[in-house]
Amino acid sequence: MFKTALRNVLSHKGRLLMTMLAVVLGTAFVAGTLVFSDSVSTALKNSLSHNYDKVSVRVENTAAGNDRRAEDNNSGAKPLTDATLRQIQALPGTASAVGTVGGFAGISDPNGNLIGGRGDTQGSNWSPGADGTDSRYPMAQGAGPTSSTQVAIDQRTAQKNGFKVGDSVRIAANGPVMQLTVSGLFTSDDPKLSSGGSLVLFDTATAQKLYTAPGQYGWIDALAKPGTSQVALEQQVGQVVPHSGNVTLHTGAQLTADAKQQVEDGSSSMKTALLFFAGIALFVGIFLISNTFTMLIAQRTRELALMRALGASRKQVRRSVLFEALVVGFTASVVGLGAGIGIGAGLKAWAGSGGNIPSGGLTVTPSTALITIAVGTVVTALAALFPALRASRVPPVAAMSSNDQPVSQKSLIVRNTIGFVLTGLGVAVVLMGVSQGGSSGRMPVALGAMLVMLGVFVLTPLLSRPIIAATGPLFRRLFGVSGTLAKQNAIRNPRRTAATASALTIGVTLITALTVIGTSITHAITQQVTSNMKADYAVSMQMGFPVSPSLVSDLRTAKGVTASSVIDSQYVKLGDETLSVSGVDANSFDQLIAPDLTSGTTDALKQGQLLIDADQAKSRHLQVGSSVPVSYPNGTQGSLTVGGVYPKSDLLGPAMLSEQALAGHTTAPFNQVVLIRSDGGATSANEQALRDATGLNPLVKVQSQQQMVDQFSSIISMMLTILYALLGMAVLIAILGVVNTLAMSVFERKRELGMLRAVGLDKRGVKRMVRLESVVIAVFGAGMGVAIGSFLAWAANGLLKSDLAGLSTVLPWGRLALFIALGATVGLLAALWPARRAARLDILGAIKTD
Amino acid sequence: MTTTALRTAAARASDLTKVYGAGDTRVTALDHVSVEFYRGEFTAIMGPSGSGKSTLMHCMAGLDAVSSGSATIGDVELNGLKDKALTKLRRDQIGFVFQAFNLLPTLTALENITLPMDIAGRKADRAWLDRVIATVGLADRLSHRPSQLSGGQQQRVACARALASRPEIIFADEPTGNLDSRSGAEILSFLRSSVRELGQTIVMVTHDPVAASYADRVVFLADGRIVDELQSPTADGVLDRMRRFDAKGRTS
Ligand SMILES: Nc1ncnc2c1ncn2[C@@H]1O[C@H](COP(=O)(O)OP(=O)(O)OP(=O)(O)O)[C@@H](O)[C@H]1O
Ligand SMILES: [Mg+2]
Repeated sequence: MFKTALRNVLSHKGRLLMTMLAVVLGTAFVAGTLVFSDSVSTALKNSLSHNYDKVSVRVENTAAGNDRRAEDNNSGAKPLTDATLRQIQALPGTASAVGTVGGFAGISDPNGNLIGGRGDTQGSNWSPGADGTDSRYPMAQGAGPTSSTQVAIDQRTAQKNGFKVGDSVRIAANGPVMQLTVSGLFTSDDPKLSSGGSLVLFDTATAQKLYTAPGQYGWIDALAKPGTSQVALEQQVGQVVPHSGNVTLHTGAQLTADAKQQVEDGSSSMKTALLFFAGIALFVGIFLISNTFTMLIAQRTRELALMRALGASRKQVRRSVLFEALVVGFTASVVGLGAGIGIGAGLKAWAGSGGNIPSGGLTVTPSTALITIAVGTVVTALAALFPALRASRVPPVAAMSSNDQPVSQKSLIVRNTIGFVLTGLGVAVVLMGVSQGGSSGRMPVALGAMLVMLGVFVLTPLLSRPIIAATGPLFRRLFGVSGTLAKQNAIRNPRRTAATASALTIGVTLITALTVIGTSITHAITQQVTSNMKADYAVSMQMGFPVSPSLVSDLRTAKGVTASSVIDSQYVKLGDETLSVSGVDANSFDQLIAPDLTSGTTDALKQGQLLIDADQAKSRHLQVGSSVPVSYPNGTQGSLTVGGVYPKSDLLGPAMLSEQALAGHTTAPFNQVVLIRSDGGATSANEQALRDATGLNPLVKVQSQQQMVDQFSSIISMMLTILYALLGMAVLIAILGVVNTLAMSVFERKRELGMLRAVGLDKRGVKRMVRLESVVIAVFGAGMGVAIGSFLAWAANGLLKSDLAGLSTVLPWGRLALFIALGATVGLLAALWPARRAARLDILGAIKTD
Repeated sequence: MTTTALRTAAARASDLTKVYGAGDTRVTALDHVSVEFYRGEFTAIMGPSGSGKSTLMHCMAGLDAVSSGSATIGDVELNGLKDKALTKLRRDQIGFVFQAFNLLPTLTALENITLPMDIAGRKADRAWLDRVIATVGLADRLSHRPSQLSGGQQQRVACARALASRPEIIFADEPTGNLDSRSGAEILSFLRSSVRELGQTIVMVTHDPVAASYADRVVFLADGRIVDELQSPTADGVLDRMRRFDAKGRTS
């Protein structure tokens, strides 16, 4: 039996080619993902392994540095001072100890734009020992910074941007921009640098002024004397450091382990995301594989029946088909593994070429090989399960039947019933989830979405007939008899058409859903930005830093500015829940912001009253005139009256109070944005005036309404592009499925084709017929995808509404039409080869009865 | 042999040779065959299996290229015609009835009948079509699909299709080969009446002397050569000839 199965695989090589290709692509995606992420994570981990060589114990003030958020204003953190450093240095187990301060430092290009990415652009302090060097940062050229006007830059960044010793550079940490002289270029084995980050060093006093406070450190690294273990030193250090929640102690070993864990977590979440898309590709592959085996078995009905008649049991028939699938799956998976390793290597080389990944070899673990081969083989066998069962049900008498193309039009009633139930249930569950909204609706919507997809797949054969048949008159009109025949061919085997179309539906559904969600979000954000705002510019800082008060006053006095207000985010306890209250300038408020108040007036701000968004008002049972007890960031208490309610807005925050009313109740301002109105609106002159007022600070973002919208929509469209690319594999496999179905159909129908040619259909007509069939199937699949995807996007938007005010589903008709048009194109392309084969068919060979 | 000068040829083979394969597997299926099929006549081609009957038909119908010699339909010489022209010729001038698989399963009987005209984008001549359909006796089965028709009915649909476009000539290769004798007889008398009443030209390949007796003339093929012919054959006469070839074949 197995010999027959093997022989079958070999004799149907051609027809199994597409199946193999689908499995190869799917498994290559899996293997490529695994190899790439393993290699990157190994390289990162390797680069980490020496990073903490000079650190036995690190004491860290987690409240220091400019990762500070608005909430941190309220905490009573204790600092790490020079005194603490000296105490640690004096410990019996300490060989040496250095205090470090560090945080974000942006280097500016000549136009005031930030160099490099926004992530790892760091600044720290140069801390020379007695010999005048800092062993962490060996100088390649020049010397370390010794005054507040000097800075050292890491060699790679300097080389990339052409900075030389003696040059003047502009750098900003979190405040105003500084004009500094490059004192030297250094090298470092900090993995952040080998991953594409930049580092600048200030002298310690300057760094402290920038990142902490004079005489304070962010962290202190102590190196143990030989003979003192890291843990022993940790204990000693623990005795002398301040006891406070913000001061933490770690040994070098722990730090290394933590860092490795972080790399691991990062790479595993990337892996999971990529594997998700690989999974979709494989899932699409299932349709193709199952279709292929179904067709192969239909073609072999007589052969199978003969084997049954000769005494093969059902089990043997079933097993032989499954064995065939295993052979196909295994072979394809091995090829896929090889291709995947190639893809992984290519990706690594491509990602590494930007200098953002430390170099290192390729990591192919045994588990990668095992997982890839197992997944490919199991998926193929699973997909062949139903066809195998069907094969085993071929009765022995079928061998005797003269009808060699059994049109096994088994009733679809059971299938349709199941489909209706699943779809109905799915839609109901989705609707339920949407009506619940928010995070509690997430589960039902996800579950319902899956049920809907499943149900529609089950129903596709039923749907395919009327929908495709409806194109009949049009096709006849446009393409004559080729059109009619194409339509007929597309609906003659609804299961096959359905499986082929469904494979495409999956990809298009996801693409549509993402596109519609993206468009809707962009639309909602645009609405928010443009409808509530009268301000011409919003000025904010990179990395979410607050805008410093001195910068605010610089902006206020810039040329052309007619009105301005900060949005000062303060965490205030209202009743018994803490809320972010936006402090705004009451006097210029009406010139800058125009919220559509549902009740009350904006004048209330001037009277020191509170404006609150509708959601908060509802959940706290507040209305205009209600009064709430408050406790302010600096600990003072009071009570506030609600003066107005506005629709939820992410820009304005959940509540607003005037800066005048907040004054005296806060520890420090946390200005998220400065809104500005300029004389003459958003002109390039006004924008330049604002930029000049900041001293061309690379950290300052000056954005007009339009730029805010553009920035946001470009983020969304970039995300969509990435997702499209990741879903591309699933679509590609679906296309292979169309090619496969057509090629096999052409093979099956070769008698008919020969007959058509004999009675006078020319080659062009035959080609056109096959192409049209393909287009019909592809457009049907894409159309269903667009429909389901839009529905799911609507449901998802219903959930997101609670997080994004004013979100409503916006259908990008142009895009959706484009998807359908692309579906048609895909159909045309997929039919190229099968159509050619059909046209080249030897008429006589086709007509001859075996 | 031909005696009537009035008869005109609807199709003609002159010195037609067809060779398959090369070297060891070389087979001469047709060996310098010259024959004429007359307009308005029902010709049967008979001969032992492998004698080249189907090959002759295929070459005459432009389904297969000849090795040498010529085949003409009407005044058109098939040799040298491009695929496109051949296709058009088949569509407009030639009708086919094969032994099996004549019909497209996705089309109804009527759609199958009008298929060649649909392909040509021509409107069917309604009166003619009705007459053809009435002759084959399928008026009540027109909306059925092939799978809903019996084998005999399917062959009748195939015959109707061949007739519907009024081709110059119809080629039928063992049209009754798969049918029982009653359905076979129906098809045959129908073919004969379409020659007598509608003036159609038909060439039919058959193994069955009874079938051949419906024809006006029988041409005998053996080893790729025309060896004999009979006018107004009877079944017994045909059988008698066949036996003689057999005997000759065995003794030679
Ligand atoms: N495609 C082909 N390749 C090689 N040889 C062929 C081919 N087609 C036919 N032949 C050979 O040509 C000869 C004539 O074949 P043909 O099919 O014309 O015979 P036939 O008279 O129709 O026989 P039957 O009564 O069995 O249908 C046979 O010897 C056959 O083997
Ligand atoms: Mg034959």
